[in-house]
Amino acid sequence: MTVWIETANCNGCKRCIKTCPYGAVELREGKAYILEHCTSCGACVEVCREKAVLTDAEPRTIPDFSDRKGVWVFAEQRNGSLNRVSLELLGKAQSLAADLGQEVSAVLLGSQVSGLAKTLFGYGADNVYLAQHRALKDYRTIAYTKVFEELVKEFKPNILLMGATHVGRDLGPRVSRRVGAGLTADCTELSIDPEEGILLQTRPAFGGNVMATIANRYSRPQMATVRPGIMEAVRKKNNRGNLIKCRVSLTEKEIGTKVLEAVRETRGKVNLAEAKVIVAGGRGVGSEAGMKALFSLAKAFGGEVAGTRIIVEEGWLPVERQVGQTGQSVRPEIYIACGISGAIQHRAGIMGSRYIIAINKDPGAPIFKVADWGIVGDLHQVVPEMTRAVSQSMGK
Amino acid sequence: MNIIVLVKQVPDTTEVKLDPKTGNLMREGIDSIINPDDRHALEAAVNLKETKGGKITVLSMGPPQAVDAVSEALAMGADRGILLSDAAFAGADTWATSYTLGRAIKKIGRYDLILCGRQAIDGDTAQIGPQVADYLDLPQVSYVYHIEKVNRKSMVVKRRLEDGFERVRAAMPALLTVIGELNLPRYPHVGRLIDACREKAPIEVWNAADIGVETREVGLEGSLTHVIKTFAPKAQREGEIIEGDVKESVRILTGKLKENRLI
Repeated sequence: MTVWIETANCNGCKRCIKTCPYGAVELREGKAYILEHCTSCGACVEVCREKAVLTDAEPRTIPDFSDRKGVWVFAEQRNGSLNRVSLELLGKAQSLAADLGQEVSAVLLGSQVSGLAKTLFGYGADNVYLAQHRALKDYRTIAYTKVFEELVKEFKPNILLMGATHVGRDLGPRVSRRVGAGLTADCTELSIDPEEGILLQTRPAFGGNVMATIANRYSRPQMATVRPGIMEAVRKKNNRGNLIKCRVSLTEKEIGTKVLEAVRETRGKVNLAEAKVIVAGGRGVGSEAGMKALFSLAKAFGGEVAGTRIIVEEGWLPVERQVGQTGQSVRPEIYIACGISGAIQHRAGIMGSRYIIAINKDPGAPIFKVADWGIVGDLHQVVPEMTRAVSQSMGK
Repeated sequence: MNIIVLVKQVPDTTEVKLDPKTGNLMREGIDSIINPDDRHALEAAVNLKETKGGKITVLSMGPPQAVDAVSEALAMGADRGILLSDAAFAGADTWATSYTLGRAIKKIGRYDLILCGRQAIDGDTAQIGPQVADYLDLPQVSYVYHIEKVNRKSMVVKRRLEDGFERVRAAMPALLTVIGELNLPRYPHVGRLIDACREKAPIEVWNAADIGVETREVGLEGSLTHVIKTFAPKAQREGEIIEGDVKESVRILTGKLKENRLI
């Protein structure tokens, strides 16, 4: 498809320019002008109120989904314990369901896991769909996908949420393809559009520095995976719900994979989630040796060291110390960002921090926009100086 | 063993900067690279080819300039490159992309293994691998960081979990999505790179007609999800910026920390 401007209709409002994720529209002589690097993504077509952005794509009719009801949450469990994110999702599902006037349901798969249903009711599930089978004991992609496929076909949910965990990000896309539904990954915000009644899914996008709100108008269920640690689990006291047991038939042959061994590793026990102070490094640290100064500062605070994706990719820190969209979300008292430019993926993981301190040579670095205090300077000088000052204060 | 590797060309987002005046994204001068996770998938494929023999086909979808990523993959050791490029493919979400890739893989035909990176750094969705696997009805293992054993009928791999790992046996043909921990990708071979950029390089460009898909099934039109709004994230903090002498800056900062009883 192609996108072009009908200049006669354009009033120069710049709405399309602000929306374009690729910076591919500009104003020329008071009218919108589409640049060569336009990808025809169509974002500008949606926002134009003057019908000045035209496309040769045929208008699509939105199917009638009035029979699709209910907000579903995948209750992820391993060895009989629920993943915290499932309870967080139930919290969000309660408010989404209230806006829609629909019910919250949890989908619990496993072997001998029926005892978890009580917890799911306690966190807001009106219904628990329970599928138990020996073949569901370990999470396996095809087995879980098949059960979801059958449940979705039979009960026709409106919304289906999963945690953006290693399991959720394996299962979500597989189920979405199987049931013919669109899926939005790693959402950080979910809400119901008051006019259309559809799920608005917001996530960082386009390689950083923009948030995108995504709609799933043409298929059901509206599927999203959600980052752990962002939504709030909400207890619902004395909540009683319905336990709906589902029949499952599965064969080893159709599943195609077998878990030979599952091992828990503590891997040096880095606990970023509970650290009070985190000293984090980015590209500006420059080298593995450069990380040393950060460890000294963290030690002075009694805190932990973390890093951006690039630091982990360079091999300067192990992956369990990675903070950001692809790493962990953290919420310390103080987050000290050293030589971190502040791409949105990284910022997404630190916004829960109480105070953010940024140290960067470049006064234009986006990290300063989210910092409570920022020092413009060379971290190789600032960090050791800070270590001295903090050690002195803490020593007193 | 015939291996298909899925590769995406992405902007090097670690280079992204904001215009200090407008707060807009500055796109000029940002390099395009092979997505980092995909590079590890390529390395794994070349490794398997070296020990087991066989052929590597690298498959990518993107604008015409994405042929550079395909050439680079050939220089790393792939034997054949296919770029899916058509204006009709533009604006695709993962639903439409996995369909397009799936159709192309069906056209390629024989394969024992499909390898791809866990996720692309410009989208971070991690959805394409599993969606392609489902379209082709293959077993999948994601977050793979170790390939232990590969036979004709099955393979044993380790997949990373948040707090450990799993050893998984998968029936072949299968699809794996791999993470950086798997290996250290080799540099492209200069001589091969020169060959890969020649006109007679084994690279084909396929359009919608070549893979037998209709315009309405692919790209923006074939997508189920759509971006309806983009916005700059709200800066939630009123930052105080300290500039000047290092000692003085640190003194001011520690003063603030003391004021707030943080130290």
